Formats: sequence, structure tokens, C-alpha cells
Amino acid sequence: MGTLHTVNKSPFQNQTLLSCLGHTHEGDAVLMIEDGVYGAVTGTAISEALSKMGSDVSLYVLGADLAARGIDAGRMAEGVISVDYEGFVDLSATHDRVQNWL
Amino acid sequence: MAYDVNGTTVEHDEEGYITNLSEWSRELADIIAAAEEVEMGEEHWAVVNFLRDYYEEYQIAPAVRVLIKSIKKSMGPEVGNNKYMYELFPYGPAKQACKIAGLPKPTGCV
Amino acid sequence: MSETIKKFLYVNRKAPYGTIYAQESLEVVLIGAAFDQDVSLAFLDDGVFQLTKGQDTKEIGLKNFSATYRALGDYEVTKLYVEKESLEERGLTLDDLQNIEYEDEDDDYAEKSSIRLISRAEMAEVMADQDVVLSF
Repeated sequence: MGTLHTVNKSPFQNQTLLSCLGHTHEGDAVLMIEDGVYGAVTGTAISEALSKMGSDVSLYVLGADLAARGIDAGRMAEGVISVDYEGFVDLSATHDRVQNWL
Repeated sequence: MAYDVNGTTVEHDEEGYITNLSEWSRELADIIAAAEEVEMGEEHWAVVNFLRDYYEEYQIAPAVRVLIKSIKKSMGPEVGNNKYMYELFPYGPAKQACKIAGLPKPTGCV
Repeated sequence: MSETIKKFLYVNRKAPYGTIYAQESLEVVLIGAAFDQDVSLAFLDDGVFQLTKGQDTKEIGLKNFSATYRALGDYEVTKLYVEKESLEERGLTLDDLQNIEYEDEDDDYAEKSSIRLISRAEMAEVMADQDVVLSF
């Protein structure tokens, strides 16, 4: 089942998240980790790009990294699912390949 | 650690590869070869010259299979084969010939 | 030697000299080429800057490894996918990139270009078609 993409940089620092979103396929998942979790917040300059993804691509965020940065679950963009480390492992296992966007 | 070329010292690392590639000369090559117990003949020089040209053009020392394939193309299969190349350079045609040619160890060699 | 040939894609998204990623990627490609896998390289975003011609690093004290891309054909790495949109965003065209060729052994050693210009959508297809994706 598709590719699991991980993004670990803030979308306000560089274009990595946008580039990643532009190279996804139906059935892929994007997991935001580390500073990448800033991309999961609603009402920002990039949240429109995220909402345009629709339901073809699943969006995830690593809860531990959200918590570490004090980002309240209520500020997350609609449709973004928070996962724990086990969830990260499950996502890696259920996809055909993992592509880490550095 | 250094080689002595007519009174001039040329630094090398613990494996014998020279530190500053621009200090290479044919005299130095003969000295390194002697230290390696390789007697430089025409074919040895052809390989060394090939390696230096390759490095000049591509900024890398080629892997051994790339070297042998290229030598086969330029000098024919009598020279460009594994067995003969190892006869020329018993400690490895890429590793040892690169050392004599004053180049770094080929990428991927440990 | 290897029973199963896997498709490996090396994804290059960084400009060449500001960070070590580009050079490290190239080095891993050269080392990995010994393992007889089906290797492709992808150049997108700032990664397209790696392939521009006329690079001269003398005054910054770094090795000009742009020359090394031209050796990839000797290592049987002959698929360099370059993303059209990434070039355009940076004001570049194919003419700004160096020629990178390989000799096709199955076609009387004809010299062919290793560079394959593709769209972003096609790049997504290339990525989805791999067994292993390595990012730099």
C-alpha cells in the first residue's frame, strides 16, 4: 500500500513539505515528525496546501513531537491524525516503502 | 611519514597514499613502486597514466571493475583482465596502482 | 550473484556545496553501484543545481565533484531523472546542465544521454515505482 513519506523540517523554513505533498500518490501517507509537526497546525500560511490534499493522501503527525512543542491537539488541521511511536512503526510496516524527505 | 625524492620529502598517510596530490612525479611513482615491490614496466605505466587521466577528468579514482573494463577497452583483453591486472599489481590493481599514481584510495575500498 | 534485483532511487534535493548531502549521495551511489541493483537518481528542488555546468570550486577550497556525475555511466548508473518544474522554478533549462552520457553496450556502445527530463507528476510515478528510496 503506497508510500509512507516522512517530513521532519518546518514548512516555514523550507519547501520540503510542499515538495513532498507535490509528489504523493493516491494511497500514500505523509507523517510529520520533529519540526515537521508545525506543518500540521491549522490557520497558517501553508494549511491551505494541506487541506487541498483531500482524502487521497492520509496525513499523520507524531504526537510526541507535537506535545514537546506545546502544540495543542485542538490546533491541528482537520483530517490530520496524531499517532504515537507504535503508530509510526505500524505505518512503516503497512506501506510498501518509506521515503524520508530530508 | 614521508617519501624521500632526491632530498625532497613528500608526506604520506599510514597506508602510503600521498597527502598532497600535486606533489606527485614520475620519480616519486618509482619510489612508491619500489616500496611496494612493484617493478614498473610499460604496462604498469599505462595503468598509472590511465588512472591519473581518469582522476583529472572525473575527480575520482575508479573502482577496480571500472578500471579493468576501461583498460580492456583501451589496451585489449590480454591486459584488461582480472588475472593479468593482479599480476601487475598484486595488492590490487585499483588500490596499489592508485597509490603509485599519487591518487587517493578508490571510492568504496576499505 | 544477487538473485533479486531491487529498484533503488537516490533522491537529491540539495544544492551542491552549502551542505555535504550532494557529495555524500554521489559517494553512496558509487559504492552502491557494486551491488548490481537497478539504480536511478532523482534530481528535484535545489538538487537540480548539482548538475549545472561550469562549476568551478577552486576558490572555495572544495572538490568540484560535478565532474564525477559524468563517470556514473562507467558504473552502469544511467538513469538520472531531472524534474522539469524544479528547473523552471530556478530559471534553468536543460541547456544549463552538463552533458552526462553513457555508452550503451547493447547498441554498439552508442553514446546516449543519462539525463531524463520528466514532469513533477512523472517524478511521483518514478518514486512510487521503487523498492527502496534513499534521500539526500
